[in-house]
Amino acid sequence: MQNLIEIKDVRHAYRTDAGPLPVLDGLNVSVPEGGFVAVVGPSGCGKSTLTRLIAGLMKPDHGEVWLHGERVKGPRATVGMAFQNPVLLEWRTILKNVLLPLEIVPSKLSRKQAEDRARFLLSLVGLEGFEDKRPSELSGGMRQRASLCRALIHQPEVLILDEPFGALDAFTREDLWQTMHRVKEREPFTGVLITHDLRESIFLADQVVVLSGRPARTQYVLDIPSNGPRTLDDLYTPVAAEQLNILRHQIQIAQGRSTAEEGAA
Amino acid sequence: MNKHIRAFVVPVIAVVVFLAFWEWLVWFNGWPRFKMAAPSDLPPAFERHWPLFLSMGWQTLWRTVVGLLLAVLFGTLLGMIMGFSRTMRDALYPLLVGFNAIPKATVVPIVALMFVGQHDFNTVLLAFMISFFPIAVSVSIGLSTLEPEYRDILRSLGASQATIFWKIALPKTLPEFFGALKVAVTLAFIGTNLMEIVSPHGRGLGALFDSGRTNSDFPLMFAVLIALAFLGIVLYYIVVALEKIFAGWAERSPG
Repeated sequence: MQNLIEIKDVRHAYRTDAGPLPVLDGLNVSVPEGGFVAVVGPSGCGKSTLTRLIAGLMKPDHGEVWLHGERVKGPRATVGMAFQNPVLLEWRTILKNVLLPLEIVPSKLSRKQAEDRARFLLSLVGLEGFEDKRPSELSGGMRQRASLCRALIHQPEVLILDEPFGALDAFTREDLWQTMHRVKEREPFTGVLITHDLRESIFLADQVVVLSGRPARTQYVLDIPSNGPRTLDDLYTPVAAEQLNILRHQIQIAQGRSTAEEGAA
Repeated sequence: MNKHIRAFVVPVIAVVVFLAFWEWLVWFNGWPRFKMAAPSDLPPAFERHWPLFLSMGWQTLWRTVVGLLLAVLFGTLLGMIMGFSRTMRDALYPLLVGFNAIPKATVVPIVALMFVGQHDFNTVLLAFMISFFPIAVSVSIGLSTLEPEYRDILRSLGASQATIFWKIALPKTLPEFFGALKVAVTLAFIGTNLMEIVSPHGRGLGALFDSGRTNSDFPLMFAVLIALAFLGIVLYYIVVALEKIFAGWAERSPG
């Protein structure tokens, strides 16, 4: 099977006044079409750099990023992005915010079709009736839902989510996890999720990639087998506990601490 | 009391009380008209010089507006240059701060001497010089503090820098721009009046004020002050109305 996203041995260093600062050093990630990969790792390990590479916003020093059999050399319209900050435009209504990408990307949709699609996406994430509100009238979780619709409006091949739920409270976050499953069912996409929440990673993704501390390389890959739709109850099974334990252990290694040291301290 | 009636009646009472106190102060001290004017002296002063107020007021107004428009154009352009280029910001900022630190009253004789006799040009120039600074600074700060995610959202779709500017950077800067424009309106009037008062054989309300001064005609001087305040308030609220139209989204609805 051909992978939709293929990141091969990527190395990258930022140039700083104190000399080059390596952030990625031998990163390998593959995502099959329709797959959903979560990337976890210690803070500051270069997770966000990874999203910018896939989006074509920057080029790696070494290595290759392939998208759908084409090498990524610059930004491409087949990518949708959502960040921790929903970055909605305050002077536009929610509907007009969602439609923004279609003003940039050439689209076959008529104005009416585009609006219908935006309304459909908004109802899918539970924002029916908020189309004409301004972002300032919405709660943080609702803004994030709108930001998700904007990322999907132009039917991107790849959805890049950079800690999109990081700033939300625990209950809103779990709500949005379930929304993500509902969206993926109706609007299939290939996804890369950057997160620091291990429960989020095993609930949403079918593969979790653990990055080492900076400079980051692929340290561990955990497959999350799925049988049928997931519910929040699945997070409280022995299987989930085992998966979380493995990931927690891997993060500790990535942070340069072993479980033995933690026990001794 | 009804909320709307109160919003109207309370300020009116305050103004009436203020005028009554002023009138009483002049009457109580027995100040003659060559020493101080009372509110009751103002209507006769306006009546006596009404044609002058109209023609001089118009001159002051159009020079201020032209100077302000130039300041908006130049200030926005300068702000864009400094907002988009770090190098240009580092180069221009100290110059701008230095220029702004010079009290503009000292520039008046220089300008008046350089372009002697060109009174309209001099006055517009001074209104412009004094008011472009806040606009340039606010636009440059608005543009340079644009969160990178805003750019990334559009850049990741392949949008050009110009598209990012029109769709995001410009509208996002509008609230700061209008905040600066409110300050600039007042400053532009100061510039116009400085030139009108100081330069010899001037025109405009500033010159009318100066002729009142040479004659110790306090009613005329105070009438000019009232006329200037009136023009300033009108221009200020025009800016407020424009702000409501173009940046009304930045206002949080109460509650």
